[in-house]
Amino acid sequence: MNFSIPLSHLDQYWSGFVVTLKTSVIALILSFIIGFIIATLRVSGVRPLAFFARWYVEFLRNTPLLVQVFFFYYALPRLHVSWLNFNGYQAGMLGLTFYTAAYIAENVRAGIQSIDKGQLEAARASGLTYYQAMLYIILPQAFRIVIPPLGTQFINLVKNSAVLAFFAGLDIMYVADSLQGSSGEVFGVYTFAALFYLIITIPLTILVNYLEKKLAY
Amino acid sequence: MIHFKKVNKWFGDLHVLKDINLDIEQGEVVVIIGPSGSGKSTLIRCINGLEGYQEGEIIVDNRSLNDKKLNLNEFRQHIGMVFQHFNLYPHMSVLNNVTLAPRKVKGIDKAEAEKEARYYLEKVGILDQAHKKPNQLSGGQQQRVAIARALAMKPKILLFDEPTSALDPEMVNEVLEVMKMLAKEGSTMVVVTHEMGFAREVADRVIFMDGGQIVEENTPDQFFTNPKEERTKAFLSKIL
Repeated sequence: MNFSIPLSHLDQYWSGFVVTLKTSVIALILSFIIGFIIATLRVSGVRPLAFFARWYVEFLRNTPLLVQVFFFYYALPRLHVSWLNFNGYQAGMLGLTFYTAAYIAENVRAGIQSIDKGQLEAARASGLTYYQAMLYIILPQAFRIVIPPLGTQFINLVKNSAVLAFFAGLDIMYVADSLQGSSGEVFGVYTFAALFYLIITIPLTILVNYLEKKLAY
Repeated sequence: MIHFKKVNKWFGDLHVLKDINLDIEQGEVVVIIGPSGSGKSTLIRCINGLEGYQEGEIIVDNRSLNDKKLNLNEFRQHIGMVFQHFNLYPHMSVLNNVTLAPRKVKGIDKAEAEKEARYYLEKVGILDQAHKKPNQLSGGQQQRVAIARALAMKPKILLFDEPTSALDPEMVNEVLEVMKMLAKEGSTMVVVTHEMGFAREVADRVIFMDGGQIVEENTPDQFFTNPKEERTKAFLSKIL
């Protein structure tokens, strides 16, 4: 096993690391927003909205991420609509976002539905509107429940972001692939790629475990 | 103050309220008793619109719940409710539990709301716990907070839905004492309970429900010593 190749290219790994981290954070924020909206639609009681939300979740969770990203990258540009011409990085980002949003929507929905219905009743009985009750009573409690699974989604997101390498996304995996291609070295190159992913995911795992304990009432 | 006129309610095929006629006057303390599934909780939950009904009419404080234009949120702020499982907001301090509705529903500013909240927390004997979270309190203390939370809206009517049923026996009295105090102050109260001692001592009127019907209503004295209906006698013989 030869570590001299990756060790002499640490700057490239580092820039790949930054791309992976940045992509994951942006995709997490976007997917949280979308996931939250989808979850709210799902519990809204308005049938067409709930139906849409349900099928969004089922469709996105039950098809491979790679297929979805290929769809954004190869299929949409064929529609010849100028703003649908995504580059590899954008396609990867969109795929990651919509895919992760489906999982987050399920986490948030489960969080909302796990709140005792007496909470909503007490809030409504005191004269709060449905939206006030959601805002002050239900969502803050649901949020606590959702934070640990959200951390898990973030870990998955970081790992899934390796799909960017398919589309020249300049992430960790892409850097490793390039080095492998130019040097022929395999073990060291991919071992270092894994190490750089672990730099993000191990602290996150520890944080998630900590939050799970901390946020329990 | 509260009027039920031939109210009928079904949960699916289940006829849970049958031709309910009931009038409760201002300042009256009415205790509703009956076996579980008799419809007593459903009845009390109709008063503030937590449950709807299919037939008849309920008029509360001169306003008809049949009126489609009734603003339920505005209407509900005049009716306090205390639940069996307290339903305190676990993510908020005791003080914030009490101030939330006055601030968000009535628009009272924070300082004023907190001043009033402290008054009511003191009244139920729990002011020293104001900054704790509900789960740091005993069940009896939590229920007293829930009562303070209801009082802080200065309601015209107080509804109690089995307020002591979820409490350990040694904590029942501290809650009943608060309720007795409120009754003596002239509050209009509708109380669903299994506490016969409370009914005897505090109620102006006792209502016995069974199978979705009001079977018998009377003064506590008459009700407990000289029940008229066979179903009432059978029920009382089981619990007394």
